[in-house]
Amino acid sequence: MSQTFKGGIHPDDKKDLTSHKPIELLPAPEKVILPMSMHIGAPCQPQVAVGDHVFMGQVIASSPAAVSAPIHATVSGTVSFIGPMDHPGGGKMNSIVIENDFKDELDSSVMPIDYSSMTADEMNEAIKNAGIVGHGGAAFPTHIKISSAFGKVDTVIINGAECEPYLTSDHRLLLERPGEIIGGIQILLRILGLNNAVIGIEANKADAFEGIKALLPADGSIKLVPMATKYPQGAEKQLIKTLTGREVPSGKLPADAGCAVFNVDTAGAVYRLFSQGMPMLRRIVTVSGPDIALPKNLEVRIGTPIKDLISFCGGFNEPPTKLIMGGPMMGVALYTDEAPIIKGTNGILAFAEDSPLHISDPVCIRCGKCVEHCPMQLVPTYIYQTYTAGRMDECLKYSPLDCIECGACSYICPGKVPLTQGIRAAKQKILSANRK
Amino acid sequence: MNDLSKLKVSSSPHIRSSSTTRQIMLDVVIALLPALALGVFVFGPRALTVVLCSVAGCVFFEWGYETLARKPHTVNDLSAVVTGILLAYCLPVTTPLWMVLMGDLFAIVIVKQLFGGIGKNFVNPALAARAFLLASFAGVVSVFPRIRTSLPIFATPVDVVTSATPLSQMKQGLLPDVSVIQNALGMVGGCIGEISTFALLAGGIYLIYRGVISPRIPLAYLGTVAVITFIFPMGNDNIQWMLSQLVSGGLMLGAIFMASDYTTSPITCRGQIVYAMGCGLITVLIRYFGTYPEGVSYAILVMNLFVNLIEKATMPKKYGAPAKVKGGTKLEK
Repeated sequence: MSQTFKGGIHPDDKKDLTSHKPIELLPAPEKVILPMSMHIGAPCQPQVAVGDHVFMGQVIASSPAAVSAPIHATVSGTVSFIGPMDHPGGGKMNSIVIENDFKDELDSSVMPIDYSSMTADEMNEAIKNAGIVGHGGAAFPTHIKISSAFGKVDTVIINGAECEPYLTSDHRLLLERPGEIIGGIQILLRILGLNNAVIGIEANKADAFEGIKALLPADGSIKLVPMATKYPQGAEKQLIKTLTGREVPSGKLPADAGCAVFNVDTAGAVYRLFSQGMPMLRRIVTVSGPDIALPKNLEVRIGTPIKDLISFCGGFNEPPTKLIMGGPMMGVALYTDEAPIIKGTNGILAFAEDSPLHISDPVCIRCGKCVEHCPMQLVPTYIYQTYTAGRMDECLKYSPLDCIECGACSYICPGKVPLTQGIRAAKQKILSANRK
Repeated sequence: MNDLSKLKVSSSPHIRSSSTTRQIMLDVVIALLPALALGVFVFGPRALTVVLCSVAGCVFFEWGYETLARKPHTVNDLSAVVTGILLAYCLPVTTPLWMVLMGDLFAIVIVKQLFGGIGKNFVNPALAARAFLLASFAGVVSVFPRIRTSLPIFATPVDVVTSATPLSQMKQGLLPDVSVIQNALGMVGGCIGEISTFALLAGGIYLIYRGVISPRIPLAYLGTVAVITFIFPMGNDNIQWMLSQLVSGGLMLGAIFMASDYTTSPITCRGQIVYAMGCGLITVLIRYFGTYPEGVSYAILVMNLFVNLIEKATMPKKYGAPAKVKGGTKLEK
């Protein structure tokens, strides 16, 4: 019995390339590149100078803005460069480069936190100082999510859906480190003053159910709910609908539906912070795709150049045509492998063939599949058609701003119309017009 | 150094399903083959000639129009092949080949291409062409030869012995003189591709299995006809009457292959059901009260015209939309 939401698609998940491969620790790189923005919110300002010696776990950049997340040195060593470097999101970004001295000297601030007498605000402050952001991909600062949930939320939702094809980093974490996840959930519940958390995991990770179930607390405060394997099961809104039956009101946040959603690895990061004092220095990245010689799940330092991961995985089989950060449905296409792993990077995928079936004259044949499969119950083809025809007033009636850009419509379209791309452009046009 | 010279940057998603317009049309052609086999078995090799002639005509007119209009060629998407087969399927085997080609020209050029090609026409091209031929040559395309008669393969048949079809008998309020099973097998007079319920159902199940069509339209269409004819039978035996209505004439062909045409049916799920129920209602009204014994093609053509309106009235309730309370005012949050 698994629950699900309305709409969605069933792409071939291709997870068997890495789902059975234990997490391997990637040796620390010779240098790490830490961009000043690896989160949603204000970019950080460097707090160190070229030539400074830094300890692992030391804050090297921060921002006074409310929505931001400080950045820590992920190795010990010497700051060798501060300036623009390739950012995996595209373009150049002010970044701090640290030459690794391979001593991994810990900063004095890194020590277990005794939170038994701490208030919720103090605990959230610790999460803020640790630079923890959502591990699922969007990298929203976790402390903001918590503070906006205070008093509004009755349910903590833990996202173990990992619905993107190829990605298995959350799956391996569930299998190998269930204790960190459960421990992190208990801390999150304590901060929020709640006793109700639900872990949603897709049925294709059924082998992870046992380990989690064995650790669920006896008081029933944390529940495990198996969900159907369907994309985009892990999208926040679809996950909330599946697990609680509630809908996030249009234009509002999950907190408005009484829910706070955290990725399983975000819960793990919260646990590692309080139990070991570790700020966000590492994350698990799936390196996969048909063009990677030896696909693996790697635990890597934030700031490791992508090319280091690829060479550790045996390199490319042939010159790649697509290099993606994230999953194939919502990930970002990269033009360089020099860019670093950032806090939200859950996967690096490489493809060698032209992505299948791009045709020169996409035509809508009105099959209605985009309507049937849209997880937001929108009408993608009409948003696309009215936008491309310049009829913006009509376009607005089809609610383009409710689109979550999951890509299901483009995926399913037999006419190969670039629906998601068009809707994304429509949204940008509307949002920039609203700002004026 | 990795060779990254071939890297392409594009907007997500980076993978696409293997389904293409061409694959869908190919599936429809495959699904139509059992009915063709039955048509050839019952009406002889001329049935194959008519179908192939119609396909060739549609493909040629599509290619010719797009060449003259300097538009991108779409013959490869196989949609013209499907139109060709469907038009031939709703003509009697005795239709002269020049008339078939005239229908092809009307379907492809006037109904489809002049409105912008695939995805843009507002009525079903094959059905519109059939209606055009019926209006122009009623005496030729509404008479049906007896089954298993020998007919010339290419020349226009003359002095054909015609027979009553189950539908023309039911028009008189009588049950057909063949059993429901024989009727459903296709051992009756009628158009080339419409006679065998079983062959068409097999094709329909294939299309549903392949995900090409959803069962919504066929089921709502057939269900509506079944319910109305069961409640309002002519004669006493309402079960026999309902079954005979379901397996006779172009209903199966229409419900499975014509009403479910993507371009001319609503793209909303609820809209598809409303539309198909409308098709069912009009079909029965024409069969009961109209001049022609058959109402399927006009029912679908009429409902084609309502597609836009039905879609507007059946837009899905988007995720997170405010709940509506009675009186239509929106709930304040």
